[in-house]
Amino acid sequence: MAKPLEQFEIKTLVDIPLGGLDASFTNASAFMVISVAAVTLFLTVGMRRRALVPGRWQSMAELSYQFVAHLVRENVGTEGRRYFPFIFTLFMFILFSNMIGLIPYAFTVTSHIIVTFALALVVFLGVTLIAIIKHRLRFFSFFMPPGVPLYMAPLLVPIEIISYLARPVTLSLRLFANMMAGHTMLKVFAGFIVVLGLGGIAPIAVIVLLYGLEVIVAVLQAYVFTILTCLYLHDALHLH
Amino acid sequence: MVPAVFAVATAPDAGFDAIPMDEDNHPPSLEDLDARLRKARGKAHPANAAEGDDVPVGGWGSAMRVGLELVSGLAVGVGIGWLLDEWLGTRPWLMVVFFFLGAGAGMLNVYRSVSNLGYGVGYGGARSGDDTGDAEKEKEDDKP
Repeated sequence: MAKPLEQFEIKTLVDIPLGGLDASFTNASAFMVISVAAVTLFLTVGMRRRALVPGRWQSMAELSYQFVAHLVRENVGTEGRRYFPFIFTLFMFILFSNMIGLIPYAFTVTSHIIVTFALALVVFLGVTLIAIIKHRLRFFSFFMPPGVPLYMAPLLVPIEIISYLARPVTLSLRLFANMMAGHTMLKVFAGFIVVLGLGGIAPIAVIVLLYGLEVIVAVLQAYVFTILTCLYLHDALHLH
Repeated sequence: MVPAVFAVATAPDAGFDAIPMDEDNHPPSLEDLDARLRKARGKAHPANAAEGDDVPVGGWGSAMRVGLELVSGLAVGVGIGWLLDEWLGTRPWLMVVFFFLGAGAGMLNVYRSVSNLGYGVGYGGARSGDDTGDAEKEKEDDKP
């Protein structure tokens, strides 16, 4: 019986030692490249004809574009338009990584905390930089809740800073935990099929249901990551 | 969880409500399209709608979110305390202090996410934009 965690193993495909650093091209890198290629293919081929009345692929491409555009407009406001390309890229990359990971034998890039944490860190640092550039020193008034007496500041400011620093952690953990838990669960139930023999019909039924749930989770988590990025961006631009 | 997802998928979208489907086969006229474009552009400057557009999660999802917020606040607090201890050589005192601060931050995050105050630092998420603007102005005036 295969181990349920075996699917998360990183395998080196091309060994690239880069001066003491291990910069090998692994299966994770391969599936990231596949995700990026799939997104690019989906959008460019879908929009190739640019018909006034869209066909199936163009409809899907426009739908995803409009979905994220709507999200940015509703949650960030008009100023958020400048950051739309980044948010759209983020959404499509996570969505495609999650969905490609659901194909049997595929590797789920987003089930590794380092990948989701890197994504979250880019969002966190970018949003913080935007806030500092836009508001200069007033950014730091962010950590002092309005209407609080001054003598509470030594206690409240560290708590607010920790609460702010916890953002990338929750952002990355949520995506990572959902993807990893789901895939592990699928594998555990798949293991039951072999063990139970003929009675394996029951776990197969469960797997079909779980698989449907995982498709929902894949889309939902991409959406959650995107909407939280939008909300953080809104915070950075408006500082409340 | 499922109804929330469908609610997202079928959310009223700006441009899609007026697209005629298969009931009449001739393509929409350019004037019609122009009018719709103008309508959509008019919608492009709404009041900021940060409130009400919360992440749709079911009971299980929000339970997980609460746990995650609590643990990550605590973990970040302890991590900062540990790093400061390593740096300043004051083990274990700063870690103890930051353990409690981190617990406070975690609970604060839980409180915020449960009471829909938004995800932001500070309590401004629940207020209207003008209100906080005044508060900030007052604070700036207080400074010498």
